[in-house]
Formats: sequence, structure tokens, C-alpha cells
Amino acid sequence: MEAVDQSTTLDGRSALPRRGFDFKWLIIGGCVILVAYFALIPLFFLLWQSFFTPQTATQPAVFTLDNYRTAYSSSETIRLFLNSLQFAIGTALFSFCLGTLLAWMNERTNTPFKSLFFALSIIPLIIPGVLFTVSWILLGSPKIGLINLALQKVFETDYVFFNVYSLWGMIWVDGLHYSPMAFLIMTAAFRSMDPALEESAMMSGANVLQVAWRITLKLSWPAIFATLLILFVRAIESFEVPALLGLPVGIQVFTSSIYQAIHHYPSQIGLASAYAVTLLAITTVGVYFQSRLSSQGSKYSTMTGKGYRPRPMDLGPWRFLTAGIFILYFLLIVVLPFLVLLWSSLQRFYSVPSWAALQNLTLDAYRFVLTYPTMTQSVWNSLVLALGSATIIMLVTSVICWIVVKTKIPGRWLLDNLASLPMVFPGLVLGLSIMIFYLNFDIGIYGTLWIMFAAYITRFLPYGLRYNTTSMLQIHKELEESAAMSGASWGTTFWRVILPLLKPGLVAGWIYIVIVSIRELSSSILLYSPGTEVVSIVIWELWENGQYVELSALGVLFIVGLFILVMLAQFVGKKFGVKEA
Amino acid sequence: MLRVEKLSTEYPNEYGQIVKAAQDVTFEVPEGKLFTLLGPSGCGKTTTLRSIAGLERPRVGEIAVGGQVVYSSSKNIFIAPNRRGFGMVFQSYAIWPHMNVFQNAAFPLEVRSKRRSRKEIEEQVMRVLRAVALDHLADREATKLSGGQQQRLALARALVMQPPLLLLDEPLSNLDAKLRERMRFELKRLQRELKLTTVYVTHDQSEALALSHEIAVMSEGHIIQIGSPRDIYERPRNKFVADFVGTTNFLDGVITAIEAEEGYCRVRTEVGELKAYAADTPRVGKKVALSIRPEDIELSEERQEGVNVWQGTVDAKVFLGEYLDFQVKLKERLLLARVHPSLKTPVGKPIYLRMNPEKCIAIEEPAASTSAENAPVAAVAPKVQSYAG
Repeated sequence: MEAVDQSTTLDGRSALPRRGFDFKWLIIGGCVILVAYFALIPLFFLLWQSFFTPQTATQPAVFTLDNYRTAYSSSETIRLFLNSLQFAIGTALFSFCLGTLLAWMNERTNTPFKSLFFALSIIPLIIPGVLFTVSWILLGSPKIGLINLALQKVFETDYVFFNVYSLWGMIWVDGLHYSPMAFLIMTAAFRSMDPALEESAMMSGANVLQVAWRITLKLSWPAIFATLLILFVRAIESFEVPALLGLPVGIQVFTSSIYQAIHHYPSQIGLASAYAVTLLAITTVGVYFQSRLSSQGSKYSTMTGKGYRPRPMDLGPWRFLTAGIFILYFLLIVVLPFLVLLWSSLQRFYSVPSWAALQNLTLDAYRFVLTYPTMTQSVWNSLVLALGSATIIMLVTSVICWIVVKTKIPGRWLLDNLASLPMVFPGLVLGLSIMIFYLNFDIGIYGTLWIMFAAYITRFLPYGLRYNTTSMLQIHKELEESAAMSGASWGTTFWRVILPLLKPGLVAGWIYIVIVSIRELSSSILLYSPGTEVVSIVIWELWENGQYVELSALGVLFIVGLFILVMLAQFVGKKFGVKEA
Repeated sequence: MLRVEKLSTEYPNEYGQIVKAAQDVTFEVPEGKLFTLLGPSGCGKTTTLRSIAGLERPRVGEIAVGGQVVYSSSKNIFIAPNRRGFGMVFQSYAIWPHMNVFQNAAFPLEVRSKRRSRKEIEEQVMRVLRAVALDHLADREATKLSGGQQQRLALARALVMQPPLLLLDEPLSNLDAKLRERMRFELKRLQRELKLTTVYVTHDQSEALALSHEIAVMSEGHIIQIGSPRDIYERPRNKFVADFVGTTNFLDGVITAIEAEEGYCRVRTEVGELKAYAADTPRVGKKVALSIRPEDIELSEERQEGVNVWQGTVDAKVFLGEYLDFQVKLKERLLLARVHPSLKTPVGKPIYLRMNPEKCIAIEEPAASTSAENAPVAAVAPKVQSYAG
């Protein structure tokens, strides 16, 4: 009798929880499968394609080593490899030195207006690479570059002072473009260091430069090396600068060669894959050592996690020099590029600034852009892709992150690595891999917006994971357990306790992914087809058509639009996201 | 009411070794009583509590509450924590920072499968907030509460669904000393008034003594002694219990004779012979450890009548306000005695000690084999605790 009683009560009790259980595993399983699908499939097909001939209607794919033979037998390849290395190392070093100098000035000195500068440092991140490169062509090309023209006028010569169409020009433009990233990383490194270590050096009689060189920099060594590596990876995978500045003068790097191999007729997908695999190998090594270094960095005794507010060093009269550097930097990275775009957007045909040209200002270019046939569609596509991928990524990674941080399921580290895997994919390589995959497995998404959606989700998955992990680590285990003790099921706990507590990271990550998705070019360029263009693709097309004036108008609107979007997002984020912080 | 039977839990630690966190833990808590699991960190008390809560799944054993089995390894029953309906207060309080006071307390009622009306929820929440004197702060952001208020809110949240069983995981350890003492009284009052069946986990012996109906002292995963607070303090069955609960003097000795009086015997120690109480049946020749609490040693400048009187010299004195600690030297041994501050014997002068035989507890030395078996567990156990949070 007692046994019967017990079983009925248990059945009555377990009817609901069993349903809850299924639901939980459904969500968790779904997220895991999604991540595995997005992260592994492209890699596999890229490798597969690099060993096969292209499949055509008449010929099936055949195993071959020809792609690698073509890629590696020519002396061109050595030059390609050296060019890529020179370009990436140069860019990494230049942006690192610039970013570190700015970070040090901002964090450790009494330079005037530095808090304003820090607030402004987000602006360069908004400008898409393709627009930044185009504006520097207008500033630094040997024939029409404004900087050359101005200097030639001052010194009354024909000498070309500055040529962006060169390796050094490429390093200059890409280095400037990545310097805000170096600045932000190094700022974080400086902030996590105990200023007492520097102060004791000053008490020992060291001057400002000695302290900076012998204490500050030496202590940040792991951070420095990790930053250099990540900048190197970013530079070697950057596409816009090599394509716009390098290709016209025959300076080829891996990314531009992949692009050319595909746009060659007939397109050499196998060869592109072989290049892509090589590039992937380089970035994988870079990312691997970078993550090793970062995890070692946390062992460094300087990283105590306390919020230090160090006493800034008094630079004396030198502080006007550092303020001047800030202003110059801001001119080079934001003001001049934007102004030159603005100027060119108000012309009928591009011409250098002059009194005569000033008379002919017109809004025709804007009119043209606003009535451009694919314009509305591309804006809509960009927004749908950005908002959709940001939302999906943040929700999926919040579950992934929960598994990795909060559970003890064996193999969860694998999941973490899997979701971080797309980090090593250069945008162009990812686009290529996804293209190959959906060409071979026709499930009807090739040539639609969905294929770009898949690319965006894969590409930005690691960012979502990082933002969510930081937030998730701060949620005490007991906050979740107390919900369970209150009778909440896993789903209810996740929805009503975890997600709201995750909100700061969730919102910040969402904003970030929206911005980088809208700027995205290098994956989209291999995947778009008529009707699925995004805004950055329209800019690219205008460039290829030589419509510089119209491009400038679109660029100005794009930058202003992004700026408003970021401000809005920040406002919303402040209002709803960081309430409890 | 609560029955825990032969509960054992194991963990793999970060090196993959198996750590036994709770072993063979068995106890029962009657309806309306407060039962305390007391022990140093890593003794398995939190693991035991979390097993009752359902936050951890033990390896073997059975747990039943009010006749309902919530866990049984043999019958393969495990009811998820959210289906058990127990109230729990966590060490960190685990107040959700994104909800206000009312929302925090209302959460358990809202997520129940049995739906309640808005009004019903409000009534119940306000009643429980009133009980913990937080009703005037119902709209306050939970993060704006003081430590004591957060603690009371955590308690309110645990009580709002009128649970059959209340689980408290070191609820007072995050409060400062003064507040802790006040909350101790408040908790006791609330528990006694509402007749809540409660399991309380703490490493603080004074908290355990002050609050409990019954205490289980745990060490290295085992329950070593279960008894009333007075039992535990005055009649420790074990050297560990005597040492962990309160301060005590230990003297090694051998039983030389059995007294006519039930339970008493004579023990010879390195500093002299005395009459002592033995919890287990004393046998002549057995090695024992004598435990004598400092407050049970009477000091006087003149020799007093009676049994168990020794002479020593004052070696050091510490003034502690409410009382005075004397270190008295007997041959080469130092004994600690706690006396009223009116005793003013200077350091170096002779002094007499008198100990009530009832308070001199002869504890049998444990057999060497068990301690050897437990040794490796002791080495890794603290890590388990931190890993378990």
C-alpha cells in the first residue's frame, strides 16, 4: 500500500519536471549543435576543396595536389609570403607603437583633455575599413592626394611626398586603422597594473622616460606580446587595404590573391582554397599563441583586478606636446578622412579643393545615392543581418557560456574552443569556405540572404562568447541555486535570473556585433548576389565603377548613420544594461 | 520529519582524484526542531546540506522529508531541487540584484506550478516581509539593502512558500560581529515561533550552541557526535569534538582505578592523579585524554577542600574584560584557566587548582587504524570545500 502510494505521488510529481527536463536538453542540445555546425563545417570544406578539382556539370571533383603545387611551386608565392609578412608585421608594429604611446599618455600622464580623448576614441572604430582606405587614397595618392598637393604648393616642387600605393602606404593606412584597437587593449593593460610599482621607481630617482621604459613596459610584457600577435593576425587577414592599395600596383598578399583567384575567369576555387589554408595556418598559430599568452598573463602578479586610479605623472611643459600628438592623431584618423569624404561628396566630379571648386558645390551625389536602385534594399539587408545575427549570437552564446562556466559537464572546454574557432578565420577565408559548402550542398540558401546570415553568425560567434563569458563569471552560483530552491525550472531560471543578470555583457556584446556586422565586407564580398547586397558592398561596387563622388556621399551618410546608431545603442545600454553595475 | 540515511558523496577533484566529501551520514530531525551540522571547513557539512536541497546528487543513501523520499540510491529516486519545495538561505544570500525586495520575495510564488492570483501573492509576500521587518522596504532595490537586511530578505524568500523544511548555509557568516549576535537571536525567535524544521550549517561553535536543539559535529566527512548543545559541550565523546567546540585543556593519562560511583574513574596524568568522568565504560589500564575546560578550573590562593586539587604557579595572565585567562604551570605543563577578573594573584606566585570531577572528561584515544584511513582525506578535503563553493 505504501509502495503504491509512493509511486503515484512520484508520478504526479515527475510529470511536470520531465517535460521541463526535455525542454532544457532541447535548448542546450540545439545550441551545441548550432555552434558545432557553424564552426566546423566551413573548416572541413575548405580543407576538402583545397585537395580537389572544381566540380562542374561534366566532371566530378577529383583528388589532386595541383592546387598546392600551383600555389607553392612558383617564385611568386615566396614573394606573396614575404609581402604578407612584411605588411602584417609592419602594420602590427606601427599600430602597436602608436596605440601604446596614446594609451600611456592617456593613462599615466597629465596631458590636458585626455578624458575627452578617451571618449572620442570610440569614433575611429565606427569608420568601416573600406571608407577609411578610400579616404586615405583621396588624401595620399601621388596624383590627387590632398596632402601631396598641399605640400607641393608649400615647397613649390613636383616631388611626391607621400604615396599610399606602396607597401609603406599600406602599412600606414592599415596601422592607423588598427591603432584604436591597440590603444584600447593597452589602456586595459595599464589600468590593471599597480601604480605603486611605478611610484616606487620614481622614488628611487628614475625620470619619466626611465619609468616608462624600465618599469611600465617591462611589466606589461605579456600584454604587449599578446597585443602584437592579435594585431599581426588582424593585419594579415585584412582585405580592404591590400585590395584597394596593393592590387593596383601589383603588391599582392594572401587575402588579395584569394580574391583575385576567385574573380579570375574561370574562377580558381581550388587555388584560392590552397592560399586560404596557408593563411588559416598562419592565423591559427597567431591566435593560439595569443590565447596562451593571455591566460599566462593572468598569472602575472601585477594583475590584481583592483581598480587602481594611479596618480598621473607630471609632464611639465611637455604636456602640450602630448596634447598636440592627441590632436594630430585625431586629425589623421577621424577629421581628415571624414572631411575629405565630405568635400568630395559635394562635388559633381571629383576635384581638389580650390576656390573654383567651392563655387560648384552640389548635393547631386546625395540625390544619386538616395535614389540608387539597390540602396533601400541594401540598407534593409544590412540592418536585418546585423540585428538578426547579433541577437542570435548573444542568445546562443549565453547558453554555451552557461554550459562552459556553470556546469561540470565533461568536454565543456571543447565547446568553448569550438565556439572560439571562427576567431582564426580571416573574413575572406570564411566567406570562401561557406561558399564552397553551400555550393556543394544545395539546400537552397546559396545566393540568398541566409548564406550571409550563416557567415555573420560564424564570424562573430567568438565575440559573443567573450562578452558573455566576462559577465557570466561574475554571476555567483548561488543566485541560480536559490532560484532552483524557490521552485523555478531550468528554463525559468535561465530566463528570469541568468539572462537579466547577464544583461550588461549581453547588451555590450550585442551593440558590438551590430556595429562590426554593418561594417562587414570581406566575407560578404564572396557571398552576395544581386538583391542581397549590403551597404559595404554597394560602397565597393561604386569604387569599382569609379563613382568616387557618389561613394563619398554614401560614405558620409554611412558614417553619420553608424555614429547615431552607436550613440543610441550606448544610451540604451546605459539606461537598461548597466543598471545593476 | 527529515531522515538522512547512510549518505555518501564523492567528488573528483581538480586532479581527478576521488574525494569523499560525506560518508555514511545518518541523522533525523524531528518536526519543528533546529538541527545543526557543525564542523571545520571541508568536513562535508555543506555537501550534506546541498544533498538534502537536491543541488548535489549523493552517490548512495536515502533522504526523506515527511515520509516523501526525495533521494534514494537503491530505489533510483532523485527529485530535482525545484520540485522539492524546501526553503534555503545561502551563505552569500543570493539576493537577485535585478529585482527589488518585493520581487525577490515573490519569485518562489510566481514560479510555482500552482498558479496564484496577484492579490494572493501580494498578501503572502507582505506577511513574510512583515515577519522579518522588511515590509516598509518592499519597493527598495535589493542591492541598496544593508547586510543584515539582505540576510532577512533571503530568509523571507526562503519562508514565503511555507516550506516543510528550511535549510540554512552559514547564514550569519557574512555579517559583522555585533549584527551577527542580534541576528542570532532573531533567527532563534523566528524558528521557535514558526516551529520551522530547520537544518543549519555552520563552522561557528557558539552559533551552533546558541541556536540548536541538536548538533551533529562533523569531521572529514563523518558525523562524530550527535547531541544537545549541552551534551556536546560538556560531554564530548571524542578529542576532536572537545577541541573544536570551545577551548579545552588536554592531558594524556591512563585509567588506574574504577570509582564506585557510576561512570567515574581515577586517571593518572603526567602532572598528577584525579577523578574524572568517562563517557564510555572505563577499564583499568586504558589510555585516555582528559579534557578540562578553562572555565571549569577553579583557582584560589588558599588550598581548598575536596577532590582534584592541585598546586601550580601562575605563568602568565591575559586580561580580556569580562574574564581573566590564567596560564598555570604544573611541572612542565601549562593549563589554561578562565576566572573572574577579581582574582589578582601576581605572576610567579603559587596557586591552587580545583576541578569538579564531573567536568573532567576522560576521552578514549581512538584506535590508530581509523585515523590512518582518514589521513589522505584530510589532506585534500579543504580543496573540495572551496571547489564546491
